[in-house]
Amino acid sequence: MERVLEVKDLHVSFNTYAGEVKAVRGVSFHLNKGETLAIVGESGSGKSVTSKSLLRLIPHPPGKITKGEILFEGKDLAALSEKQMQSIRGADISMIFQDPMTSLNPTMTIGKQIMESVIKHQKGTKQEAKERTLELLELVGIHHPEKRFDQYPHQFSGGMRQRVVIAMAISCNPKVLIADEPTTALDVTIQAQILELLKSLQKQLGMAIIFITHDLGVVANIADRVAVMYAGKIIEVGKAHEVFYEPQHPYTWGLLGAMPDIHRQEEELVTIPGAPPHLAAPPAGDAFAARNPNAMEIDFLLEPPMFKVSDTHYAATWLLHEKARKMRGAQQRKQTAANSRKAKENETVIKKSGKGQKLLEVKGLKQYFKSDKHHVIKAIDGLSFDIYKGETFGLVGESGCGKSTTGRTLIGLYEGTAGEVLYKNESVFKKKSGAETQQLNRSIQMIFQDPYSSLNPRLTVADIIAEGMDIHGLAGSRQQRMNRVYELLETVGLHRDHANRYPHEFSGGQRQRIGIARALAVDPEFIIADEPISALDVSIQAQVINLLKKLQREKGLTYLFIAHDLAMVKYISDRIGVMYKGKIVELAESNELYCRPLHPYTQSLLSAIPMPDPRLEQSHQRMKFDEQKLLSERKQEEVRLREVKDGHWVECTEREFREYQSKLSGAV
Amino acid sequence: MTVENRELADELFEPAQEQQSAKSISRPAMTYWQDAWKRFLKNKAAFAGLMLIALIILLAVFGPYANNHGYDEQNLARANLPPKVPILEQVGWLGFDGVDNRGIDRYEASGVTDYYWFGTDNLGRDLWTRVWHGTRISLYIAFLAAAIDLLIGVAYGGISAYYGGRVDNVMQRLIEILVGIPNLIVVILLILVLKPGIMSITLAMVITGWVGMARIVRGQILKLKEQEFILASKTLGAKDKRMIWKHLIPNALGPIIITTMFTIPTAIFTEAFLSFIGLGLQPPVSSLGTLINEGYKLLGIYPHMLAFSSIVISVIMISFNLLGDGLQDALDPKMRK
Repeated sequence: MERVLEVKDLHVSFNTYAGEVKAVRGVSFHLNKGETLAIVGESGSGKSVTSKSLLRLIPHPPGKITKGEILFEGKDLAALSEKQMQSIRGADISMIFQDPMTSLNPTMTIGKQIMESVIKHQKGTKQEAKERTLELLELVGIHHPEKRFDQYPHQFSGGMRQRVVIAMAISCNPKVLIADEPTTALDVTIQAQILELLKSLQKQLGMAIIFITHDLGVVANIADRVAVMYAGKIIEVGKAHEVFYEPQHPYTWGLLGAMPDIHRQEEELVTIPGAPPHLAAPPAGDAFAARNPNAMEIDFLLEPPMFKVSDTHYAATWLLHEKARKMRGAQQRKQTAANSRKAKENETVIKKSGKGQKLLEVKGLKQYFKSDKHHVIKAIDGLSFDIYKGETFGLVGESGCGKSTTGRTLIGLYEGTAGEVLYKNESVFKKKSGAETQQLNRSIQMIFQDPYSSLNPRLTVADIIAEGMDIHGLAGSRQQRMNRVYELLETVGLHRDHANRYPHEFSGGQRQRIGIARALAVDPEFIIADEPISALDVSIQAQVINLLKKLQREKGLTYLFIAHDLAMVKYISDRIGVMYKGKIVELAESNELYCRPLHPYTQSLLSAIPMPDPRLEQSHQRMKFDEQKLLSERKQEEVRLREVKDGHWVECTEREFREYQSKLSGAV
Repeated sequence: MTVENRELADELFEPAQEQQSAKSISRPAMTYWQDAWKRFLKNKAAFAGLMLIALIILLAVFGPYANNHGYDEQNLARANLPPKVPILEQVGWLGFDGVDNRGIDRYEASGVTDYYWFGTDNLGRDLWTRVWHGTRISLYIAFLAAAIDLLIGVAYGGISAYYGGRVDNVMQRLIEILVGIPNLIVVILLILVLKPGIMSITLAMVITGWVGMARIVRGQILKLKEQEFILASKTLGAKDKRMIWKHLIPNALGPIIITTMFTIPTAIFTEAFLSFIGLGLQPPVSSLGTLINEGYKLLGIYPHMLAFSSIVISVIMISFNLLGDGLQDALDPKMRK
């Protein structure tokens, strides 16, 4: 197969305040014509830096390509002058960035922005450029291109903007398209559309794509070949099915195991302990050794070379060395680790479904915000659900559907516009005496989304955790206070020595643990977790989820788990409510919801989740939710939540209700 | 992609005995301030600024006692003497030999045997004493003004941002009115009403000076209010007092300190300017501004009268600006690693 791009032993370093950070440490790979190579890795693994250095977009200083070659059509891009590079950027190799909100110029019309790159590289008249631009807009699926041509970026939605960015990137028929997390900032349904668009464009234009992502589901969907990066190195590379079905490197096993699979029931996620090493002082040997419970002596001493598994599949792990093969123990460990995933498929765990007493009741809750004198934003518009003691209630929805607002309203950060929230039959909103407020504050706690802004940088970890105790006067003496802090730190899997440190010394996952310890300090009964894992890497997400599950078992906590990641919600929740535009459109037990979704929105949401399974992904059909069509079908009929089956509620009209019922009875 | 098998011993492929703890944090525990101090020390210019300020403060405190001349002791017999310093008088080109710009040794001509290190002014007052006395008063006014700015600004900005809504709206309109009136007019009117002196100058500067601080604090608090740790504290049931003193003020402290550092040289300059145009301190009290005013009149004949006070004021301004810049970097959490 013809190679369009070949990278040989690339090294990139950054000179920072803390010293030289070796972000990329000897990366070699090639890209075949017309294929999609996915580079996967956690944050800080060097995947973005690698892709940016291909176009020499690394800010210099502090960044620098210290060694290596980037061969493109016989030229070494690493050695070209800035001027020569400019003619390659956009024309031969182009790039799509993560955030469509910032990658377009807000003061220029869409049409002009695309025309600019057309004119720059394909010297033609203005008229020709305009025609080409309209063609491009049509190609990336933007309707009415003539009308859209003169609009500004703020008039486009996030997904549409990403389409415009793609149109700009492909305007000169590049041979290589680098997509740096192009769908991370988008909702799942939009993500599915963009992935489809990229695939169809690739077919039409025959370009090769380097796709950078941390989401293995997306990889399974789009990639022909996969390169897994860890600590600035490629540790495994191969065809998608090779890497997904026969992973060789322990890190790849861990990464695949840490993803919950919505088709299975799992008791505990496979986790990778610890956090990635800091690249200012990369460890000797296999960088992953310190996090690998089955590491061998040699992993700590020598760096593994790339071992060949098949013609297309290579991995850098000592496990593939012939001596390691001889060691029966090592072989066995490898087997058990690889099989642990498969073994879980057979295990069917039945979740307890016995309903306890109602802990929280939400009745017709509305939360409006005034944006200015005439406009009202209806963040929550008539929300009703109950949460039972000891269960985990999942609340899912896409960005802007009001799920975070719901969490904040329930805990009393906002005073609801209308409706009622009853906690143990007491209204959360009504005026209470000081003691009652304190009691309520103690029983409902919250875990926040952003591990960086949720901890006060000026306080020690001990002071952060003990804040609730100080406010409620729970600790009698200084000694008692510290003992409780130590106990909590150990409960959430941190060390007691960490008590006197400051938040900035911890990684994202560790910070989230501190946030959990703070919530636990006041012995709450009900915890609202507002996207607690969405800012974390896959392997760290699994650690936090397992911790939450463990705490629930030990302390009998009730959770409201708010998230946009449907796979994780399915994994942790007993019941799930799907939110759309400030309302719950479907509510059911998690298995029921995933197996028999009824509302068209739920169906489209579920079908849009990319699964870490290439075979499944390639044959998968997406469903689209057409709100206009649904509304026109409904005409003026009354819409409300109706119980179609025991515990399965759908927002529907009388007619749809009968349809759903017959569907369900037919299925059973 | 081949491996050399020779030197890889079998034992190496046994499971590792010692597992390095992945959870240990290697760097020593450091508080925010220790961390900031470390970063500050790395900035040579800022550190030099700090040292110069320390030196000037020391001189301002002890300088006037270094000889026996009072700052208001007049003696026309020793008027207009150029500077003369022991030892340095040997080096002619330095200008510390008591010879004026016409080449006459004024000390000999007037029959003075004392040394006047910075020379004397047209009334025969010792300039060394007057410069350091003036620096003392200028610094005193500047620190007082900065401190009052700090108090009013932080309180005003903090209340405005923390309570928000209507309170914020009214308070911000008030600030806009204050900013709308030219500063100098307010100051001049005030000094005309009050008797010129240290207190009235300070008051004049403070009456509009706190606005900048209030705006910065308001911006900071508004930003911090949205942070999740504030929400977390609220959900734990924290009261206003705790929220303000434990969470908001400590996190806004960096910009507050920096703003104060930049307020001080501005205040010194304003005081000098007011004194220079005759609205400031009245003789015989000296300040850097009055000294410059007096020296400027005789600049052509006796340059030493202007030189020393100008050098001191320049050094103060530069040092505080360097210090402020350094603090800005040192206290910026984004610079942390």
